[in-house]
Amino acid sequence: MSVLVGTQTRLLIQGLGREGAFHTARMIEYGTAVVGAAKPGKGGTVQDGLPLFDTVAQAVAATGANTSIIFVPAAGAADAILEALDAKIAVVVAITEGIAVHEMLTVAAMLERSASVLIGPNCPGLISPGTAKIGIMPAENFSTGPVGFVSRSGTLTYEIADLLTKAGLGQTTCIGIGGDPIIGLPTPDAVRYLNEDPATEVIVIVGEIGGSAEERAAEYMQAFGKKPAVAFIAGRSAPAGKRMGHAGAIVSGNSGTAASKVAAFEAAGIPVATAPSEIPALVKKALAGR
Amino acid sequence: MKLHEFQAKQVLARAGVAIPEGRTAATPEQAEAAAIALGLPVVVKAQVHVGGRGKAGGVKLAKTAAEAKAHATAILGMDIKGLTVRTIYVERAAKIAKELYLGITIDRDRRRAVVMLSTVGGMDIEEVAATQPGKIARSWPDPTLGLRAYAARALCFEAGVPEAQREGVATIARKLYDVFRATDAMTIEINPLFIQEDGTVVAGDAKLEVDDNALYRQPELATYKEIAPDEEQEERAKALGFSYVQLDGTVGIIGNGAGLVMSTLDAVKNAGGSAANFLDVGGGAKESVVKAALEIVLANPKVKAIFINIFGGITRGDEVAKGILAVLRDTKPKVPLVIRLSGTEAEAGRALLEGAPLVSRATMDDAAAEAVRLAASRT
Repeated sequence: MSVLVGTQTRLLIQGLGREGAFHTARMIEYGTAVVGAAKPGKGGTVQDGLPLFDTVAQAVAATGANTSIIFVPAAGAADAILEALDAKIAVVVAITEGIAVHEMLTVAAMLERSASVLIGPNCPGLISPGTAKIGIMPAENFSTGPVGFVSRSGTLTYEIADLLTKAGLGQTTCIGIGGDPIIGLPTPDAVRYLNEDPATEVIVIVGEIGGSAEERAAEYMQAFGKKPAVAFIAGRSAPAGKRMGHAGAIVSGNSGTAASKVAAFEAAGIPVATAPSEIPALVKKALAGR
Repeated sequence: MKLHEFQAKQVLARAGVAIPEGRTAATPEQAEAAAIALGLPVVVKAQVHVGGRGKAGGVKLAKTAAEAKAHATAILGMDIKGLTVRTIYVERAAKIAKELYLGITIDRDRRRAVVMLSTVGGMDIEEVAATQPGKIARSWPDPTLGLRAYAARALCFEAGVPEAQREGVATIARKLYDVFRATDAMTIEINPLFIQEDGTVVAGDAKLEVDDNALYRQPELATYKEIAPDEEQEERAKALGFSYVQLDGTVGIIGNGAGLVMSTLDAVKNAGGSAANFLDVGGGAKESVVKAALEIVLANPKVKAIFINIFGGITRGDEVAKGILAVLRDTKPKVPLVIRLSGTEAEAGRALLEGAPLVSRATMDDAAAEAVRLAASRT
């Protein structure tokens, strides 16, 4: 079992440039059903064996695409997301980094009146190990198993997935939700999917400084949690007022601190690892204690 | 990116928000001439990109032109929180009857802009927010609708704006929202917003911070960008495609991916050390980028050891190793290097580094401990 990405996925590529083409080949290799790409002005032609369409709506009508991944550069990426929502693509994954915040405000308003789910932007995508991946993560670090995994970061996700895999702890679905201040599927919503997924037996939540999504996820798990969870917060040693690489990773005044997030998880009975290397042992303990 | 008060006020004035008449000055003589031209009394204000100018002595009232000149002499060249004042703004003093607060920022949780209005202005609004949150009226406009007249009016009712100014303040709030959207602002603020003795409303101060990711479509505002002395390295790093933040410690850090680098900083702290910087080389870094990153970290005299932490995905371990070897060959750094390579082509990278003068560790925790130990042994 898996959430958001699985055997039902029929994937459309938005932005089949150099980077997009590279990762599309990796996704096909992994077994993801890629059905075509939207490339305005190239409709009716074929690239890398994929049929091209002028618009997302045309691609949906012709292929039954229900998921899209966006590699479009920042200036046009919000428009690509809006086009996918307009075409009623169910799951939209935006990899692009550097989208203007005001563009994301407009996207967020349209998401409120849409049934679609947006993952990202500025994210590695998501993977249901052994079934399909929609993203740019190196697949060899992931394996099949009972752990549901939500993370705001990219490389740190690969690192932790690798630690889990080496400890014999495979994953149902790993969702890289993205490091921007405004994202489509914030931590509590991603956690909710895994909480409702019968195959997921334990949830690993990897957060970082900035915002209060982790606090809300902790509250959600305290009220509705059906399974144990383990958390990790990156940036415990980061000073206030400095943006740590991710646009969303900043402590402003007293808000967004690691201390507040750690306290929220601990109050919800969720153990917090102080280093990624501690996560597998905490997960094993959580599974044993069920 | 932050704008100066006088720049933000020009943007507001163009949108139809009333501002007191004012002029910039770069010398005491220009300030004196501005005071005479504007009419007295005037306020002489330091133009620097930090809050708390007033408390630092950077804002002074002058009743005569000579006084304006004297204030300008004192303020120009003044150091405010590490920034030198090079420009001052001389402004006709408002006849203040009441001070309001009006500001708009991004509410991450609601994924909306939030417009805030308070009749408790002039003082630290963050303190008001913390101690008397009920004193700040808030509205979260749908960006596809904008701040409609009814919503701006409701904000004024909730904040308790005097009846005579209600329509005027509501109009300013709507104009401010339009400027907020049009300028890709992260924050826009009029604090204080003055109600004058004659009942008119003017912007006493103005703050405007623009989203760096939107500068490509804000060409005019982009020309206002100034780089502070302590931001030069960060800007140089940005031009090379990676993000760098200077910190106070002794262990230089290089890694790939923001979350991993943050965790690396934490690992150094867990091991009893402190990081000298945050440096994320991004995804897919090639030899030349790794070399440039190392050079930036080595340029910091506080650095006593460097910890390079790479988990290869798109980034390849062999490319990273080549960049490190290039630095070892060309600049022969005196600072010890500790490296932890994992993921894609990590073995090839480790093979390339065999015999090189550096320490290799298999895990992040071990490498952090080693880097902290080496840094401590050299201080």
